[in-house]
Amino acid sequence: AMDTDLSSQDRKDLDKFIKFFALKTVQVIVQARLGEKICTRSSSSPTGSDWFNLAIKDIPEVTHEAKKALAGQLPAVGRSMCVEISLKTSEGDSMELEIWCLEMNEKCDKEIKVSYTVYNRLSLLLKSLLAITRVTPAYRLSRKQGHEYVILYRIYFGEVQLSGLGEGFQTVRVGTVGTPVGTITLSCAYRINLAFMSTRQFERTPPIMGIIIDHFVDRPYPSSSPMHPCNYRAGEDNGAVYPSAEDSQEVCTTSFSTSPPSQCVFTVTKAHFQTPPPVVTDTLKVPVMGLAFSHQLSSSRLSYQPAALGVGSADMGYPVLFAGGLNAAHPHQLIGPGKEGGIPPVPSQPAHGTQADQERLCTPLDGVHYSAATPSSSEDTETVSNSSEGKCSSPHDLLETIFIRKVGAFVNKPINQVTMANLDIPFAMFAPKNVELEDNDPMVNPPESPEAESPLQGSLHSEGSSGSSTGNTHDDFVMIDFKPAFSKDDILPMDLGTFYREFQNPPQLSSLSIDIGAQSMAEDLDSLPEKLAVHEKNVKEFDAFVETLQ
Amino acid sequence: SCPLSTRCCAPPSTAPAMNCRAEVLEVSVEGRQVEEAMLAVLHTVLLHRSTGKFHYKKEGTYSIGTVGTQDVDCDFIDFAYVRVSSEELDRALRKAVGEFKDALRGSGSDGMGQISLEFYQKKKSRWPFSDECIPWELWTIKVNVVNLANEQERQICREKVGEKLCEKIINIVEVMNRHEYLPKMPTQSEVDNVFDTSLKDVQPYLYKISYQITDSLGTSVTTTMRRLIKDTLAL
Repeated sequence: AMDTDLSSQDRKDLDKFIKFFALKTVQVIVQARLGEKICTRSSSSPTGSDWFNLAIKDIPEVTHEAKKALAGQLPAVGRSMCVEISLKTSEGDSMELEIWCLEMNEKCDKEIKVSYTVYNRLSLLLKSLLAITRVTPAYRLSRKQGHEYVILYRIYFGEVQLSGLGEGFQTVRVGTVGTPVGTITLSCAYRINLAFMSTRQFERTPPIMGIIIDHFVDRPYPSSSPMHPCNYRAGEDNGAVYPSAEDSQEVCTTSFSTSPPSQCVFTVTKAHFQTPPPVVTDTLKVPVMGLAFSHQLSSSRLSYQPAALGVGSADMGYPVLFAGGLNAAHPHQLIGPGKEGGIPPVPSQPAHGTQADQERLCTPLDGVHYSAATPSSSEDTETVSNSSEGKCSSPHDLLETIFIRKVGAFVNKPINQVTMANLDIPFAMFAPKNVELEDNDPMVNPPESPEAESPLQGSLHSEGSSGSSTGNTHDDFVMIDFKPAFSKDDILPMDLGTFYREFQNPPQLSSLSIDIGAQSMAEDLDSLPEKLAVHEKNVKEFDAFVETLQ
Repeated sequence: SCPLSTRCCAPPSTAPAMNCRAEVLEVSVEGRQVEEAMLAVLHTVLLHRSTGKFHYKKEGTYSIGTVGTQDVDCDFIDFAYVRVSSEELDRALRKAVGEFKDALRGSGSDGMGQISLEFYQKKKSRWPFSDECIPWELWTIKVNVVNLANEQERQICREKVGEKLCEKIINIVEVMNRHEYLPKMPTQSEVDNVFDTSLKDVQPYLYKISYQITDSLGTSVTTTMRRLIKDTLAL
């Protein structure tokens, strides 16, 4: 009965659309978390290879992983495609930030035209995805990645698991498209409250290396089942070759696009690349093709190194940083130096996973200092080489990546030199800066009123200008996430908490000073007769005015 | 939070019965943030309301060009957005937003105004009547310019406005996702009645941008005061 409703050609088209939609969805999400600005060019001449009439580059590794996760299936009821975005610090602590879900429900729209309306609506949905991926909190985090943390992605297919997002996560719907076989919905569940993370919330997870690829159809949630390291021994052929052109054979056969495929030109900005691609694949046991170790990639801006290395059942996350593979033929702007003057790209040096004890301290040109992180296991040590341009030689040594612990990942004004590095808690850099000084937080313990001569003067006495810090360094720290209820005001872009903090010590009102008050009253009384005289003189004018009101 | 209301504005009397959906967004920004905030909203709407260039062939079919996109970082707001990769379109929007910003700053303005983006279809009329423009979607952004006293306030404003704009983007996407009325895909002879085909790389729906500045404080106060006095004196 289904086939009579939907012609077989329509059915085939629809399946194809959904498949490519899923692949493009993954590309958009992952590319939006690489930490760089994306730019693709419009082309007025139709090209057969731009699905949904949008210029969305295909990073081969990402497509590969997505296809693996899908394993030839399409999103269906109960089988959703999920892209999990997580953050991983230099010490191996990781945290899920977002889960993007592409789901299918049973609500069918039989009337809708597949080759036309569904296609266009899928295109619209991808545009919405482009827009929404920039407005969730993880976007800003991903733009700042590189030093203290990296952003990873993981694709899985099956049941959506949101438990890793912590309490109070929020959901945003990107959109839905009805089709004759069901309604496609795309949404994102994201963790909020990134700025304050107590140590209780995060357990130490096993270090993540490489990718987690779990496509599981009927398997339980990953944390309860062993991870399988994907052993892409990319080294065998001197780098995995990704069928980057595979999909160009599958042109978007829509009824309105008939021209042959043409080259897409993409702008490359911030071309900070070393030319020879690093060949670090042979020793890596993990599927670090996602770590930009495939020979196609010509730079790895910041290599990612887990604190404690060990293969086996370790979860692995895909450092999105590197997922932006650079195909020599199609330069792509996904990799570039970060805003903070990231680490210069790596010259091609193979890393060998054997010399675990060897550490190398690299001083990059920009003066950022690294402290070595010690790998714990020996043989399976996988690290990515990272060095400044040319300063670290010895290609056969194990080069290690190191992270610098900077205070103030989310604070614009770095405060006192309390280095959270001293505190051995996960995500210390995200913890409240003055965690041990919470007692001084005016929001927690309001300051005592200073002693004063008169009660009025005392409570209103100000040590400084209103609104600014009264010497309490905590006021310099903008609490990013403090959201008192019902305090939002569209007129003034300031919430109640901020308002309170800023104006808690306003200057004394002059009229409350007894002397001045008395003085002005006396003045008023004195000037009364004068004023009356003036009004007498102008009585005609006032009469005229009253006339106009008649 | 954002008061996003939908109301249908009455179509011109001569037009066929068609509802124009109207969306209103409100933002409070600092003077120097006006341009970026407006561009963010307008570009987000136009991203959804632009296609690739149509190329018509014999048999009545057509192919569609490719729309590229790019990220834009704001300088005065902690915010980034995606826009269509079209310099012509960007220039057109910047010009309109620039004029709006200047008008907001000008005398006679108390920092309140609104800018509207209207999508319309042309309905050709016979001579001597001129073509009708029938709006089918109207976006209005109400702007309130605030003045901030010190750097700390400005820093907070950067973040707050950034968060607000995130909400607006989500609201815009919600509206877009409703899949409500869109003009039918036109034949070759009708394409200029539906789309703006003047740009070389993309093809937005026909649109126009207009703005108005709220009357300056003076006028409105005088009127109110007069009324007050009149009522009080009960003349």
